[in-house]
This record gives sequence, structure tokens and C-alpha cells, in this order.
Amino acid sequence: MSTKKSKLTTSLIVRTIAAWGIALMLFFPLIFMGITAFKTELQAIAVPSLWAFEPTLENFHVVNERSDYMQFAWNSVVTSVVSTVLGLLIAAPAAYSMAFSPTKGTNGLLLWMLSTKFMPAVGALLPIYIIFQQFGLLDTKTALVIIFTMMNLPIMVWMLYTYFKDIPHEILEAARMDGASVWQEFRHVLLPLGIGGLASTGLLCLVLAWNEAFWALNLGAAEAGTLATMMVSYSSPEGLFWAKLSAASLMAIAPIVVIGWFSQKQLVQGLTFGAVK
Amino acid sequence: MPRLLLSPAVITLLIWMVVPLALTIYFSSIFYNLMQPDVTGFAGWMNYEFMITNPAFTDAIWNTLVLLASTVAITVIGGLAIALLINEAFPGRGIVRLLLISPFFVMPTVNALLWKHMMMNPIYGVLAQIWTFFGLTPINWLQDLPLFSVILMISWQWLPFACLILMTSLQSMDREQLEAADMDGANYWQKFRYMYLPHLARPISVVIMIEVIFLLSVFAEIFTTTNGGPGTQSTNLAYLIFNEALQSFDIGVASAGAVFAIILANIVAIFLVRIIGKNLEK
Repeated sequence: MSTKKSKLTTSLIVRTIAAWGIALMLFFPLIFMGITAFKTELQAIAVPSLWAFEPTLENFHVVNERSDYMQFAWNSVVTSVVSTVLGLLIAAPAAYSMAFSPTKGTNGLLLWMLSTKFMPAVGALLPIYIIFQQFGLLDTKTALVIIFTMMNLPIMVWMLYTYFKDIPHEILEAARMDGASVWQEFRHVLLPLGIGGLASTGLLCLVLAWNEAFWALNLGAAEAGTLATMMVSYSSPEGLFWAKLSAASLMAIAPIVVIGWFSQKQLVQGLTFGAVK
Repeated sequence: MPRLLLSPAVITLLIWMVVPLALTIYFSSIFYNLMQPDVTGFAGWMNYEFMITNPAFTDAIWNTLVLLASTVAITVIGGLAIALLINEAFPGRGIVRLLLISPFFVMPTVNALLWKHMMMNPIYGVLAQIWTFFGLTPINWLQDLPLFSVILMISWQWLPFACLILMTSLQSMDREQLEAADMDGANYWQKFRYMYLPHLARPISVVIMIEVIFLLSVFAEIFTTTNGGPGTQSTNLAYLIFNEALQSFDIGVASAGAVFAIILANIVAIFLVRIIGKNLEK
């Protein structure tokens, strides 16, 4: 018995060290970036890398002024928030109807919605580009909002459908017996019960829209550029720039990585269309 | 009433699907070059012929498939190993989980720049320092191994995804069955072969297919690091189409390329829809 116990603890120690080792190794690039953001440019490229130095906030100021961080950040916030809200407004009624009044065609409809995700972005780029050009929408936030909404709509419908399906039908039926209208039913029964589902769906779509780079790079340039676009101006830099690059990167990803931590469960459900729970 | 509630979503998605698809197919059949506005009319299969006979096209298809297969292999095998490793409780498991999944939330352009400059720079980069530490000559990653470098960046991003999905799926395994297997003296390999692997078969296939869909259109990582080069060494289909359209201004030929991309994506999609559809019927 005692040998088994000691064997168990050895395996626990080995597993703990291995798991922490792998996790830190994969996280290391982000640690390195986070630290570099507080160095001076000369310290940033020191070989071997410096781990002890006096931190400076200089880079954040420079990034803020030089690359107009606030405008890009504002574009990111507007496009991701508006597209998420708009998407929820379109997806929620559809999911509600499919979850509570399913017909023979419901499963087929769900699968068809899923299949619209399979149009590779690059396959749609040229028509979208030309259409938006015709309507004068190139490099506008409106264009990105439209694209992000469409892009996330199937995921939203699917996630909300899975959440709504778990709400017991009896509750809604009771409300109907009491003579509640569809709007009252939605407002007073479904919304309070489904608010968790709506929130997590919104959170996931916020992350996806914030990080979207293909459309943001191709449709938004100067005026409507998001943070994903701003970063590109750091790809062919002049002179020393690692510290500034790190500061800009940190400001671009920090909020969304934190939101991502909170939405990991929804991510699994949303991105696998309910196939993995 | 149900129809009324459904119609906004259905109509939006219908437009989103039909209009670009129809226009792409249409553009691919006409002469449409912004540099030669006077050449117009029906092109037949000319654009397709031009695309296929372009040596860059063969390279791009090959690179797309290599990128896809390697990234999927790295992330699924790595993700499976990590998911199994952290399936049982150990001190700090919650924090380890957060650290592990973080790279997935990093936007592609930041990912690409972080690796291009701070990790892969042949003089100051972290990898160069490690190579020097072991007495090796640092590698000029983006110049000498461009496609592999891109694969590395994308794997860093998608390993957490595979890991997260498989981790979640492992949590739903039947504890009692595993304990029974322990009682019967099953070793780890036997448990892996006869219990974990069958349980994970479906999540693994879902991970593969979702990665395929996303990885077929990898763009930002290439755009920000190698620009498809040197030569065509790291040009994939998505980048080639972009190049054809926005650098050569040939919408017709680019659209023909896009049709190939759509076909490639849908071959995979059929299988995914089947698996998810089965799940829906339960």
C-alpha cells in the first residue's frame, strides 16, 4: 500500500512539473512581449535578454501618439460591439423559433446555416470588395460591421439554439396559457432564463470580431482600420522598435485575452457547433 | 409567426452565401482586368487555364496542403498529449489551463509580428539566443524556412484550440468505467487505446475539420511576415488570390482561383456537416 502511495506522489510531481513546464513554454512569447513593452529600445534588443531593468512607460506614450492608437482602438470597439449586438438581434428570434416551434425543416435549416461558414473568406473577397466599392463603403466601419455580423451569424444562431433548447418548454407553455403575447413571453420568460446564453454568445463573437484580420486588412485601411490593421504598420519598421511593437501589441490583445479566459467554455460549444460539450 | 422570426437570419445568410458565390463564378468566366479595361466579354475556361498553368498555382496548392496537414498533425497530437497530461488534478491546474489557451486569443497580426521579430530574428531573437546557447548557428527562419516558420506560428495559435476541445471532452468521460479498468489492472496504454481514444474519436475529427476550414484561408500571418516569399515558398492559395487581384489587378483570374478555394473547402465541409448532423438527430 505504501509503495503505491509513494508511486502516486512521484507521478503527481512529474505531471505537475511537465504540465507547468509546457504551459510556461507556450505562454513564454507573451511573457517576453509583456516584459519588452516596459524596456527602452536599447534594452529590448540586448543579447542575452535582460530580465532585470528599470521599467518605463515611455513606449505606451509613443505608440499612443505616433500610431493614433485611440482611433484604431475605437474602431475595434465599435465594429466588434455593434456587429455583436446586431448579430444577437437577428440570431435570437431565429434561435427562439427553432428551439420552441421546431418543424421538420429545422435540422436541415441549422445545417444549412452552418454550411454558410464554409465559404472561404478569400472566395468572397472580390465580390464583396467590388460591391462595397460601388456603394462607397470601402474603408468604413459600416463595411466591417456588416461583414463581422454575417461572419458570426451562424455561430450565434447555433449557440443560442443550444441554450434555448435547454429551457423547459413547460415554462413557456404556462406563460402562453396565461395569455402572454409573444413579446411578453420573450421579454419576461425567455430573456431572464436565456440571458446567460446571450451573454456568452456575445462574448465569443466579440473575441472573434476583435481578432478578425482578413477582412479588416482588406476592407479597412486608414479610416476604419482596427487594431489588427494598426499592427501591420509595425511589420516593416525603421530603426529600433521592439519595445514599441510590444507596447502596441500588449494594448491590442490584453483586453480580449482576458475576455477570452472567461469565455473558454462558450468557445468550445460555439466553435464546434455543439458537437463537443 | 415562426417564419417571421426566422426570416431576418435566413435572408441575411442567404444573401451572404448566394451573392458572393454567384459573382465569383461570374467573374471567373469573363475577362476582367483592371489594367485592361477595354478587354471584356465571355472568357470561357480561359481564366481557369491561366490560373492552373501559372507555376505559382501549383506551388500555392502544395503549400496550402503542407501547411494544413502539418499544422493539423502538430496541434492534434500535441493537444491530445497536453489534454491527457492535465486531465487529472494537480496543483495550479486552473492557472495552467489559462496559460495554455491564451495564444488562441492573440490576433493573427500580433502573433505574426511577435514571432517574426522577437522570436525568429536571426541576431537578437529568442530562438537565436537558444541556438547560440547550445553552440549552434542561429537559423534565419523567415528566409531559409519560410513555410515552416508560418506553420510554427499558426500551430502556436491553434494548439490551444485543439487542447481546449479535447480537454473539455475528456471531462465528460465516464469515471466509473475508468476506475473499473484500473481495478482490472489495465495499464495506461490499454486505457488510452480502448477507452480514451474511442471517446475522443469524434472530438478529434471535429477539431481537424474546423481547423481545416480556418487554415485553408490563412492570410494575415503570411501577409505580415513573408509576403508569400522568398519566391513562392510560402504562398498559399489565399495569398495567391489576393496577389492576383490586388497586385496584378486581374479579377477574372483571381476569381477562378477563388472557385478552387471554395471547392477545396466544401470537400471538407461535407464530412463535417455529416458528423454534426448525426449529433443533431440524437
